[in-house]
Amino acid sequence: MKTGMTLERLGGVNLLPIALMIVALPLIGSFSSWATLTVAGLAMGMMIFLMASGLSLVFGLMDVLNFGHSAFISFGAFIAATVLAALAAWMRADSVTLNFLALFAAIGAAALFGLVAGWFFERVIVRPVYRDHLRQILITIGALIIAEQLLLAIWGGSPLPVARPAILEGSIILGDVAIEVYRIFAFFLGLTVFVALYLTLNRTRIGLLIRAGVENREMVESLGFRIDRLFIAVFMAGSALAAMGGAMWAGYQGLISASLGGELLVLVFIVVIIGGLGSIEGSLLGALMVGLMGNYVAFIFPKLALASNMLLMLAILLWRPWGLRPAITH
Amino acid sequence: MTDTALVSAPPADRARTGRLVVTVAVGLVGLALLLAPFLFQDVRAGQVAARICIFIVLVASYDLLIGYTGIVSFAHTMFFGLGAYGTAIALKNIGPSWGAIALGGSAGVAVAIVLAALIGVLSLRVKAIFFAMVTLAAASVMLVLASQLSAITNGEDGLVYSIPKLLSPATPLLTDADGKVLKVFGVSMNGRIAAYYFVFFACLGLFWLMTRIVRSPLGTVLQAIRENELRAEAIGYRVVAYRTAVFVIAATIAALAGILWAVWLRYTGPDTTLSFAIMIDILLMVVIGGMGTMAGAVIGVVLMSLAQFYLKDLMAAAAAATAPVPLLPHLLEPDRWLLWLGLLFILLVYFFPSGIAGTLMKKDAH
Repeated sequence: MKTGMTLERLGGVNLLPIALMIVALPLIGSFSSWATLTVAGLAMGMMIFLMASGLSLVFGLMDVLNFGHSAFISFGAFIAATVLAALAAWMRADSVTLNFLALFAAIGAAALFGLVAGWFFERVIVRPVYRDHLRQILITIGALIIAEQLLLAIWGGSPLPVARPAILEGSIILGDVAIEVYRIFAFFLGLTVFVALYLTLNRTRIGLLIRAGVENREMVESLGFRIDRLFIAVFMAGSALAAMGGAMWAGYQGLISASLGGELLVLVFIVVIIGGLGSIEGSLLGALMVGLMGNYVAFIFPKLALASNMLLMLAILLWRPWGLRPAITH
Repeated sequence: MTDTALVSAPPADRARTGRLVVTVAVGLVGLALLLAPFLFQDVRAGQVAARICIFIVLVASYDLLIGYTGIVSFAHTMFFGLGAYGTAIALKNIGPSWGAIALGGSAGVAVAIVLAALIGVLSLRVKAIFFAMVTLAAASVMLVLASQLSAITNGEDGLVYSIPKLLSPATPLLTDADGKVLKVFGVSMNGRIAAYYFVFFACLGLFWLMTRIVRSPLGTVLQAIRENELRAEAIGYRVVAYRTAVFVIAATIAALAGILWAVWLRYTGPDTTLSFAIMIDILLMVVIGGMGTMAGAVIGVVLMSLAQFYLKDLMAAAAAATAPVPLLPHLLEPDRWLLWLGLLFILLVYFFPSGIAGTLMKKDAH
């Protein structure tokens, strides 16, 4: 009981990723591999967080589960790859400014696409089937099928190579630990987004309304706020974040194919379930756990990487059926 | 309820006609499948007929979940694959015998039952939408396992094996006076016929079983849960127990269909059993045919299977005709047929949520 309370004061479930890191160290054996894997896991976790946070908020606010979310991820990846290819001259230039300009143009294009597509998606696909889960799932799957086919029609079926800007190539060597620059960049970008989201949700009036809507939609509506307008804004922001996540993922992978969205959707779902629906803190926690777990297990037992995340989800569902940090405590 | 039935007799008439149309359509499909080897003699049509039989069972068992109980699962191909892989692994390692089919098949079914019960108990008690996500995750793990445990499953290439002698094409069933394979109406009486009728009658039996289940008291409770979960719970039905039960039943039937699929194809691989493409096919078939009706499964499977084979030809022609236009030929390419089907699917869910059979029979949207 006493240790339980101490753990709670230290951060409770927030300590899980750290516990995972500590457990992994002796299992991996070598410190330098452990450090490399940890950085990779954190970077991967941050990118998945970008993709998962929007889905989680959309679900929490309006009870809408969007299976088409992965379409934003894959379109984001492909659009970023196309922009980066078009700006190849800037990417190879010896100027930090041009490098970053190219990178931000790619991420910005993806995010812009996410905003517009999110608006369209919410208006045309999701709006007619609010509060009808079965049809919601079916319709968003239909949209996912169409999006995947469009992707194939536009970019073709063969994998697309993605260039990285010169500045993010290579690694930093600290002692005998090599850390890829791109991973550091991905981690800090994710962290920035998390802080921005956290501040928006907790320090602004809009954020207050969103949190109130997640907790009790009817109450917020009866107080005279247009929660549907709020919702479309959240939906668009969530889609833009997913597209950004996809863009970052494209650079991380270096080679992308049309199946990427579907593969990531499973991870995103696992993250959302682990973290608890409707909370971005939960999404971050879940994403870091999944990223770390995936990288550690891929090193220790290569064949079990995806299965390990599944087991993690099962264990957490058994322990806390509503996820680690759900927005609403039941 | 009574009022509308009394006042508006014409709609009731229309519903009766609709029911007749659906019954006749299902009867015709049944008859066509029964006589398929004699009616359609080329090899490809034979393949299509067997695939239709097996998918009717698979889709109908999925309809038990999505249509009758309102549960959305993405793990149906996982159970289908478990049955198929169990059979395939046994046939590969033990050799082509009925014992191997029985052993491998029952192992596959047993694993399916245990997994279904586990998933059901774990996640059916929380939100329905959780369940969709958990099953999707489980199915993708199974897909990865099947392609990675290549020592047992031969990975992406899948397993090729022989089936019991009675069912293989080289076996003559009936011979004429010269000792050659007897031909009846121009069809050779060889093992291929035996295999087809093995599949056909097994599927017929399973389908009949499911029509009994949905009309049993269990089926009524399931529909009550779908209509109003809280009320069903309040009347005293244990919703989680019933949901888990129907999930296990559907998983068992899917695994049995998987056994038949493995025996018929003489090949089992991730693409033919576990892939998400098949899961999407099942979903499309259920929704197009009509959720919550067994007849819908039959209609959906037949239409989708025919579309799969003939829509592509049509699209190839259209793509060739529009060749000078930019982008459009790309959208009309035969490989893009799912694009149009996806569009059709969305429109159906919007405007005819009860699908073809449901709309004809004037069932409620829910």
